Amino acid sequence: MAIGFTRYAKRSLLSICSQSKRELSTHLEQDGKKSLNLCSAINQALHIAMDTDPRSYVFGEDVSFGGVFRCTTGLAERYGKSRVFNTPLCEQGIVGFGIGLAAMGNRAIAEIQFADYIFPAFDQIVNEAAKFRYRSGNQFNCGGLTIRTPYGAVGHGGHYHSQSPEAFFCHVPGIKVVIPRSPREAKGLLLSSIRDPNPVIFFEPKWLYRLAVEEVAEDDYMLPLSEAEVLREGSDITLVGWGAQLSVMEQACNDAEKEGISCELIDLKTLIPWDKETVEASVKKTGRLLVSHEAPVTGGFGAEISASIVERCFLRLEAPVARVCGLDTPFPLVYEPFYVPTKNKILDAIKSTVNY
Amino acid sequence: MALCIRKSPNVIRILKSKIGSLVNASLTNSHSTPFRAEDLRNPDGVLVAQPTLFMNRRYKAEEGFASQRKVDVLNFPGGKVAFTHEMNFISESYEERIPCYRVLDDSGQIIECSNFTEVSEDTARKMYSNMVTLQVMDTIFYDAQRQGRISFYLTTLGEEAINIASAAAVTSDDIIVPQYREPGVLLWRGFTLQQFANQCFSNRHDQCKGRQMPAHYGSKEHNYFTVASTIASQLPHAVGAAYSLKMDGKNACAVAFFGDGGSSEGDFHAALNFAAVMDAPVIFICRNNGWAISTPVSEQFRSDGIAIRGPAYGLRSIRVDGNDALAMYSAVHAARKVAINEHRPILIEALTYRVGHHTTSDDSTKYRPVDEIELWRSKQDPVVRFRKWIESCGWWNEGSESELRNNVRKQVLNAIQVAEKAEKPSFEDALTDVYDVRPSNLVEQEKWLRDTIKRHPQDYPSC
Ligand SMILES: Cc1ncc(C[n+]2csc(CCOP(=O)(O)OP(=O)(O)O)c2C)c(N)n1
Ligand SMILES: [Mg+2]
Repeated sequence: MAIGFTRYAKRSLLSICSQSKRELSTHLEQDGKKSLNLCSAINQALHIAMDTDPRSYVFGEDVSFGGVFRCTTGLAERYGKSRVFNTPLCEQGIVGFGIGLAAMGNRAIAEIQFADYIFPAFDQIVNEAAKFRYRSGNQFNCGGLTIRTPYGAVGHGGHYHSQSPEAFFCHVPGIKVVIPRSPREAKGLLLSSIRDPNPVIFFEPKWLYRLAVEEVAEDDYMLPLSEAEVLREGSDITLVGWGAQLSVMEQACNDAEKEGISCELIDLKTLIPWDKETVEASVKKTGRLLVSHEAPVTGGFGAEISASIVERCFLRLEAPVARVCGLDTPFPLVYEPFYVPTKNKILDAIKSTVNY
Repeated sequence: MALCIRKSPNVIRILKSKIGSLVNASLTNSHSTPFRAEDLRNPDGVLVAQPTLFMNRRYKAEEGFASQRKVDVLNFPGGKVAFTHEMNFISESYEERIPCYRVLDDSGQIIECSNFTEVSEDTARKMYSNMVTLQVMDTIFYDAQRQGRISFYLTTLGEEAINIASAAAVTSDDIIVPQYREPGVLLWRGFTLQQFANQCFSNRHDQCKGRQMPAHYGSKEHNYFTVASTIASQLPHAVGAAYSLKMDGKNACAVAFFGDGGSSEGDFHAALNFAAVMDAPVIFICRNNGWAISTPVSEQFRSDGIAIRGPAYGLRSIRVDGNDALAMYSAVHAARKVAINEHRPILIEALTYRVGHHTTSDDSTKYRPVDEIELWRSKQDPVVRFRKWIESCGWWNEGSESELRNNVRKQVLNAIQVAEKAEKPSFEDALTDVYDVRPSNLVEQEKWLRDTIKRHPQDYPSC
C-alpha cells in the first residue's frame, strides 16, 4: 500500500527487528534463555501449560494446524487431538464450551482468532463467565478459563482485523484483562493467566507477534497479575499504556528526553483489576499523567485511569490528564495513519501537558 | 452421480420425484394460496383473506388426526402430535445422504431426463463470459497482491458457477446479502472491473472510501449489501430485508450467501429460524466448499452438510452441484419463484471446493493435500464444464474463447493501472459517515488532527 507507516522507526526496549519470514524463531541459546519472538513465547507458554497440567486444553478456530498466527504450532502433534483441537466456527460456542470445561476443574485455553470476532461471545463472557462465581455463591466458577485473542493495528487490517476492544471487558466485574508488551512478558503473564483462579481475557498484540524479539527464559515462570511495572523512571510526567502501544510511547519518551523532559513510563499489564497504587505513586511524584491506547478515546480504558487518578491526585496535578488514543471512528483501512496514536501525537501531548 | 443416473432409469425417477418437488411445489402447493403482498399492509385484509397465513402450515398430517382414536394424539400449544408406544430415537443420520442435484455431467453434457430451466444462448454466453472474467480478474488481482501492490485479496476460484449462475437466476431487484466470496454476483450486475480495482486499491473512486480491506465490495446501486469480514453476521440481515420486500409488496426476494464455516455461527441458526417464522422471501445459498480456512467440514459439523438443517427449521431445501452452472441456475430460479410467490424461505446447499488459498494471508498446502486441490482445479473446474456445454450447443468456439480471454486480460490490467495511479481518498472522509452528521467530538478531533498534520506532515500520506 502506498500509505506507509512509521511506528517502528527504530529499535526500542522491545528489541523489535524484522524477521517476518521466520516461523517460530529460536536462536542464540544462552544460560537457559533463547531469543524468541512474541508468537514463539506464547507457543512456549502453551507447551508448558499443557505439560504441567494434564487437565489443560487448547482449542479454537484453526488451532490444530497451528492457528492463523502459528501460535499453537506443534501442540496438536504433541498433546493429541483430544486436548488440542479445532472447534466449529462459533465464538459463542468456543467460550461457552470453555466455561463448562473450566467449571469441571479443567484449564480451558480458548483462542478467538481475532479480537474483532470476540463479540459473538460477548454474552457468554459478560453474563456467564464473569458472573458464574458470584451468582452461585462461590459454589461454581470458571476460573480455569483463559481466552487468548490477537488485538490491535497491523497497518492493513481495516475494520475487522485491527480493533482493540479491551475497554468493553474492563466494564465487567468478574473477569481479568491482561495485555503483554513483549515476548518475556507474554510468556510469564500467559502462564499466570492460565493458572489464575479467575477467567482471564488475554489480548495479544498481533503487531508484535514476529516483530518483538527478546531473550526469554526457557523455564516455567509466572509474572504477577495486577502489578504494573515502571519501565522507565522520570520526574516531569507519567505515561501509562499497555501492549504494542508501549513501544510507540517509549519512542516519544526518548524524543521528549532530547528536549529536556523527563518521562516516567508505566506498563499497566493487567487492566482489571488494575494497579492504581503504582500509577498513583508515580503521578504524585511527576504531577502529570498521559494515557495512550489504540482504542477510540471515548469510553476507552484511559477514561477510567484518568478519572481514578484525578480522584486520588487532584491536588498534586499540575495539568489536565492527557489522553492520546484512537479516533472516535471505526478502525479505517486507508486512514489508519490518521487514526492511530502516533509517537508525534504523544510527543505533542507530553509537551503541552508539561508546558500547561 | 451423472453416470449412475444415466444407467439407472429407476434412480432418475426417484431423483426426479424428489428434486422436482422444489419446482413443482410452487405451482401445486395448495396449502398457501399465492396472495398479493400489498395486502400485508392491511392487517384486517390479511386476516380475512388469508386465514392460513399465520397458522402453522407445514404439518398436513395433522388434519388426519380428527378421525383417529383420541388417546393417540397430544394436543399441545404447538399443534397435535401423535403418540406412539415405540421408543424410537430419531436417528442422528439417515441411511442415505441427501443427493446432489445436477444437470451437466463432468463432460458438460446434459444428463438425460434432467429437470432444469432452459437458458437462452445470450444468457448462456453472458454467464460463461462472466465466469471467465471473474477467473481472470482473480488471477491478476491475486498476483497484484503478491507483488505488494494491494494489501490483501481473496479469490473465488472454483466457485465461479455458484457466483454467476445464482446471479443470473435472480433479477437486479433482488437484494444480495453476501459473505465475501461472491463478487461474481456484483460483476453480473454491472459493477465494472474498474470499480473492483478501485476498491482493491483503496483509491478515491472506491465507493466505500477506502475504509475496508480489499475484496470487501458493496454497491447500493447494484442492490448488493456491503461486505463485512465477520462470518455469518449478514444472514439475519437478509431475513429483515426480505421481510421488508414482502411488506412492500415487491416482486423481489433477498439472497444471502455464506460458507460451510458460517453455518456454525449462531447468526446462521437465528436467520433460518427467523426466516421460517416470518415467512420471509429469502434464499440462503451455502457455498459448501469443504473448508473454513484450515478446518475441514468433518470438523465443522457432523450433520449431512447444510441442506439437512433446513427442514428442522421449516425451510424447503435442496443440495445442488455448485460446479454445475445449469443446476445452480435452475435451483435458484425455482427457489426465487417459491420465495416470492409463496413467501417462503429456501435453503440451497451448493457443493463446491475452494480451489484457492483462503486468502492471500494463507497457504493451504499446510493443511490439505495438494492432490485434492489439483483434482478440483482441473477435473472439477465449473468454468470448463460450462464451456463444454455451450460449445456442444454451438454457442462457443476456440475463436470466441481466445478473443474473450485477451479482451478481459487487457481490461483487467488496464483497470489496475488506472486504479493504482488514482489518488487516495481525501482526508475529508476520514471522520465522516460515523453518523449521518458529525457530532461535536468528531468535529473537535478533526480540528486537532489537522493541526497535528500541519506540525508533522511527514507522518501522513498526502491526501
Ligand atoms: C465471526 C468471525 N469469526 C472468525 C472469523 C475468521 N474467519 C474468516 S473466514 C473464516 C472461515 C470461513 O469459512 P467459510 O464460511 O466456509 O467460508 P469460505 O472462506 O470457505 O468461503 C474464518 C474463521 C471471521 N471472519 N468472523
Ligand atoms: Mg468454506
